[in-house]
Amino acid sequence: MNRIQTIVEKEWAEVFKNRIVLFTVAFLPILFTALPLIILYTTRGAASAGDSADLPPSFAKACGSITSGECMQIFLVNQFMILFMMMPLIIPVAIASYSIVGEKATRSLEPLLATPITTPELLAGKSLAAAVPAILATWVGFVVFVIGVPFVGGGPALITSILGSVWLTAIFVVGPLMAVMAVNFAIMVSSRVNDPRAAEQISAVVVVPILGLMFGQIAGVIVLNVQLMMLTALALAIIDVGLIYLGARLFQRETILTKWK
Amino acid sequence: MIHIEKLTKQFGALTAVDSLSLDVGEGEVFGFLGPNGAGKTTTVRMLTSLIGPTAGRATVNGLEIGRDDQAIRQTVGLLTETPGLYDRLSAEHNLTIFARLYGVGDVPDQVQKYLRMLGLWERRQDEAGSFSKGMRQKLAIARALLHEPEVLFLDEPTSGLDPEAAKLVRDFIGELKAEGRTIFLCTHNLDEADRLCSRIGIFKTRLITVDTPANLRQKLYGRTVVFHVKQLLPDWVGAVRALPFVRSAEAADSRLVVGLDDPETHNPDILRQLVAAGADVQFVGELRHSLEDIYLQFIEKAGQP
Ligand SMILES: Nc1ncnc2c1ncn2[C@@H]1O[C@H](COP(=O)(O)OP(=O)(O)O)[C@@H](O)[C@H]1O
Ligand SMILES: [Mg+2]
Repeated sequence: MNRIQTIVEKEWAEVFKNRIVLFTVAFLPILFTALPLIILYTTRGAASAGDSADLPPSFAKACGSITSGECMQIFLVNQFMILFMMMPLIIPVAIASYSIVGEKATRSLEPLLATPITTPELLAGKSLAAAVPAILATWVGFVVFVIGVPFVGGGPALITSILGSVWLTAIFVVGPLMAVMAVNFAIMVSSRVNDPRAAEQISAVVVVPILGLMFGQIAGVIVLNVQLMMLTALALAIIDVGLIYLGARLFQRETILTKWK
Repeated sequence: MIHIEKLTKQFGALTAVDSLSLDVGEGEVFGFLGPNGAGKTTTVRMLTSLIGPTAGRATVNGLEIGRDDQAIRQTVGLLTETPGLYDRLSAEHNLTIFARLYGVGDVPDQVQKYLRMLGLWERRQDEAGSFSKGMRQKLAIARALLHEPEVLFLDEPTSGLDPEAAKLVRDFIGELKAEGRTIFLCTHNLDEADRLCSRIGIFKTRLITVDTPANLRQKLYGRTVVFHVKQLLPDWVGAVRALPFVRSAEAADSRLVVGLDDPETHNPDILRQLVAAGADVQFVGELRHSLEDIYLQFIEKAGQP
């Protein structure tokens, strides 16, 4: 346990000295939290006079009894849920890519592997170091967002919606599962690539399904409800287990020293 | 301390280490000498439980590789071929991380001990990335020693260093030797092996020969003594060559170079002969073959089928 903690602290000490990583970890949550608040603020008049005819029929139906203006707000804000789910994908990818490709470049993995640390400990340390800041940043961003909503003209129905089970599942269940997926994916990509930026860009394909979700919702094909969230969480959990298994197989002392070039 | 039996490592079709058998005793500094690509690093990686052998077995400090890997890593220290430091972290931070990973008792104390021992204490707060090559190597050596390993593996500790830094590192290895540590030293620097090692193994995929530096010399050339004579006459060379215990005698300028097996016994005879013939002998000295000659001879021989 102590060794995992040592690795996590070392990763944070090192990787946060990298400007690109620091920028991603600090700036992205600020941007993704501020953006919805700003848009809510600038559209508050339009939303109250909003026309529910602009909404996808499936969504309008789900709104039920609330006013069409509030329904419009909820629809708008639901798009931003996607942003909150992108944070736990992008941040771990940035951290893990730089950390692993960086260690490959400086050949610092070999002395590390020569210590009594076990391979699972090392993998856990690296994964936690990448996933924890992402999850925390997402949560902090979400809390700030919730606190900010009333100040930018969000009505009670909107707040109820944000604090409803769909959002909470997205932030507190789907988000962490996504972070785990992103980390393991980034570790696999990093083992094959020698440029951290390339690793980051290739690993960024993990956001593609999320974008699909977003466009599906805008087009009205998908309604983000609790069932869909639970299904997503289940699918992610299965993918995570698979990726952890593959990642652990790839992250072997001998493989790292002989095959990671 | 290290016991190796028919250790073999193949990378696909390539055999990097072929059936290596070797013993290294406690407190010994063993020189593992071979050209680039000989398989030195591969051997060290097997002995430090970083990669598994294809065949054969080995024990380090009584621990079996492949079975007691965790315990082996706790027991051995490894200076890797490249220092592999965390460049953005300070020297002290680099060592602290490793001291913690090795489960060292008093981390700050131990870190301080080795920073001071390697002359890095004043620069402990500086980023490792700002260090010169020599300092980086010293920091990497400190890192390998933090947990007071029973056996130390040094993979080409002075390669790529300027002569001054190389000397500092070499002197430090000398100090470790004096402390009685068991050291497995990979190198292709012959002078280094000659000065530091009690025994040398010449290795190129296979172990070609193992012996003390002195015996290696004798094995190949016998011994050579040089007599400096004021105005050397050709007759004297012939007379010396005719002596029964002399293998060879050649004139080179004013020097008479004599090959023989037992100079301790026979030098006085040669000297007497020369003086009797009227030679003014100025100096007598033994010519030491550089280990380089010996090494090249062995490697060349090994290359021939
Ligand atoms: N991971 C690897 N995969 C394939 N071949 C390797 C690998 N590591 C080393 N080799 C080969 O094994 C041989 C020995 O390499 P190495 O142990 O690094 O030699 P040395 O340290 O003596 O220079 C070389 O021919 C090298 O190319
Ligand atoms: Mg080598």
